[in-house]
Amino acid sequence: MNASPSSALLSVSNLRTSFYTRNGVVRAVNGVSFSLGKGETLGIVGESGSGKSVTCYSLMRLIPQPPGKIESGSALFDGIDLLTAPEELLRRIRGKRISMIFQDPMTSLNPYLRIEDQLIEPLLIHERMPRAEAVKRGIRALEEVGVPDAARRIRGYPHEFSGGMRQRVMIAMALITRPELLIADEPTTALDVTVQAQILELVKRLQQELGMAVIWITHDLGVVAGFCQRVLVMYAGRIVESASTERLFARPKHPYTRALQSSIPALQSKGAELYTIPGLPPDLSKPLPGCPFVPRCAFAEEHCKQPVELMEVEPSHHSACLRVQRGEIQL
Amino acid sequence: MAEAFLELRDVKTHFPVEQGILFRRRLGTVKAVDGVSLALPKGEILGLVGESGCGKSTLGRTIMQLIPATSGEVVLGGVNLTRLSRTELRAARSRFQMIFQDPYASLNPRMTVFDALAEAIRTHQPVTPRQMPERVGELMARVGLSPRFVNKYPHEFSGGQRQRIAIARALAVEPELLIADEPVSALDVSIQAQIINLLAKLSREMHLTMIFISHDLSVVKHICHRIAVMYLGRIVELGAAADVFERPLHPYTKSLVSAVPIPDPQRERLRQRIVLTGDPPSPISPPSGCPFHPRCPFAVADCARIVPRLEPFDRGQEAACIRMREINQENIQHPTNGNGGGLTTDGHG
Repeated sequence: MNASPSSALLSVSNLRTSFYTRNGVVRAVNGVSFSLGKGETLGIVGESGSGKSVTCYSLMRLIPQPPGKIESGSALFDGIDLLTAPEELLRRIRGKRISMIFQDPMTSLNPYLRIEDQLIEPLLIHERMPRAEAVKRGIRALEEVGVPDAARRIRGYPHEFSGGMRQRVMIAMALITRPELLIADEPTTALDVTVQAQILELVKRLQQELGMAVIWITHDLGVVAGFCQRVLVMYAGRIVESASTERLFARPKHPYTRALQSSIPALQSKGAELYTIPGLPPDLSKPLPGCPFVPRCAFAEEHCKQPVELMEVEPSHHSACLRVQRGEIQL
Repeated sequence: MAEAFLELRDVKTHFPVEQGILFRRRLGTVKAVDGVSLALPKGEILGLVGESGCGKSTLGRTIMQLIPATSGEVVLGGVNLTRLSRTELRAARSRFQMIFQDPYASLNPRMTVFDALAEAIRTHQPVTPRQMPERVGELMARVGLSPRFVNKYPHEFSGGQRQRIAIARALAVEPELLIADEPVSALDVSIQAQIINLLAKLSREMHLTMIFISHDLSVVKHICHRIAVMYLGRIVELGAAADVFERPLHPYTKSLVSAVPIPDPQRERLRQRIVLTGDPPSPISPPSGCPFHPRCPFAVADCARIVPRLEPFDRGQEAACIRMREINQENIQHPTNGNGGGLTTDGHG
């Protein structure tokens, strides 16, 4: 859609993921399509419950099934459909060619195992490397991400590391097999801004060295601005806007993006009343035929209740707002 | 300068670190708050920022008398809180209240909004059961909650609404000082804006003095009159919010401000970033001299020897760095303003 299919590393189309709960079927991801080129950095922004994490978990087939279910769609990674590939084939891709880092490094490290054993596991499994050699590479990987005294600390346990250091260990682990795609799910949200800046610089540098593509999931528009080339904005399980970072910030083409921008203190003059989006995000277990943002939108009109698709409104700039598509409003 | 309503005089909060069950050995002391002095005029909103572990939450809890101060004084409206007996302190508590990051953890899941608010109102003043619904209704209106929610339980609310209930509960006793510890950190951006607007409105309408603890500098800059930056238990910089943010004096503040991501790709790409190396040092064995010197890009040999004190620069902005004047040459103003040294807050609202 955005990148030409030949250069695309990952191409997702019409992904739908639902959760079957006691309170009905929650359509967490509802028809998401995007593609990602080799070496590209894509940001996915949205508030809690917008489906940004579920999208990426679905790609890695990490959704617990049941209650979750991938209803439809395809995700082609180098010609392999990640959603239907046999488990055996997927296992050779996950942790080797696609790696993932999560928000909370403490819950994704095993507290009973030394860093060494967890860090080099991908090398032992995917590359069948002799242990001694793998340990050497593990120490080098820790040094690369800026863990001081790596040769000694690799023998330590997760609780002996600070939050920022643990996230570095997670990054070292994710990158040790030189993946082609890194999926990062809010990896810096729990960290201090100073440590966040260190981690962002680190991933940027490693990305240039390895030429890998990155999907960065975040709710922080500031992180996106400095780090991503292209951005998807998600709301209620759908992509409502996609554009290059410059375009999205300079000329947003969806009222939701506009509203998000206006509610950030950093962009407003001091002491001014912040713009607030009225109401709450919709209940995803109820059918939402038209634009899901209608009840909270300052520009909504009666015809906004009819179904709307993501469409190109300017070159490489897609919006799912009917009124923008028809040229009725300028944001 | 307006008379100080809240005054901290050299407040220290130290925790012993011990090991062993039968024979406890003292291993050292964590100096979570180590000599903080501050004065807030009535109605001021002061932002307290710093990395995790810098002591900002401990300082908030020490002011609240939830953790006893090891030494120093906390004086609120002329009353020294650190000297009060238990019963006196209990009575005085209605003057200062606190709200926390996770409103769900601070609300009783078995109490409806009405019960939770009525309980808080009754601790403050006798209200007959007939008057109570009206008082609860007033309180809910004040924080922007619809009265139809009055019989609902905390789990039926979203995060932002729960924070409103927590704020209403804190306001039930008509406090003069409100300490807000990361009140919006757990909320989504659009909900954050609602709570920030609410706190700003309440502080204006009720003339509340507020300490706003946060690691998010852009939120603090938006709502606060002054900002105090903490590092390892000490205040390293203090000044008007816009000054601290736009013209940081202390090297630590400089790096903190430069690490805040700006939601604007063009500005973000042009800016110079000071990326600090490593984590804050352990508060059990802080470095000698200036506690920031091992991470400081401007450090010289003297920094490991001399413990810097807060010293005034201009416009009421002060920093604790022995090289403050040297490294801020371009900011030194030639004598044009007559307001050097005094504590000032920029206009309210």
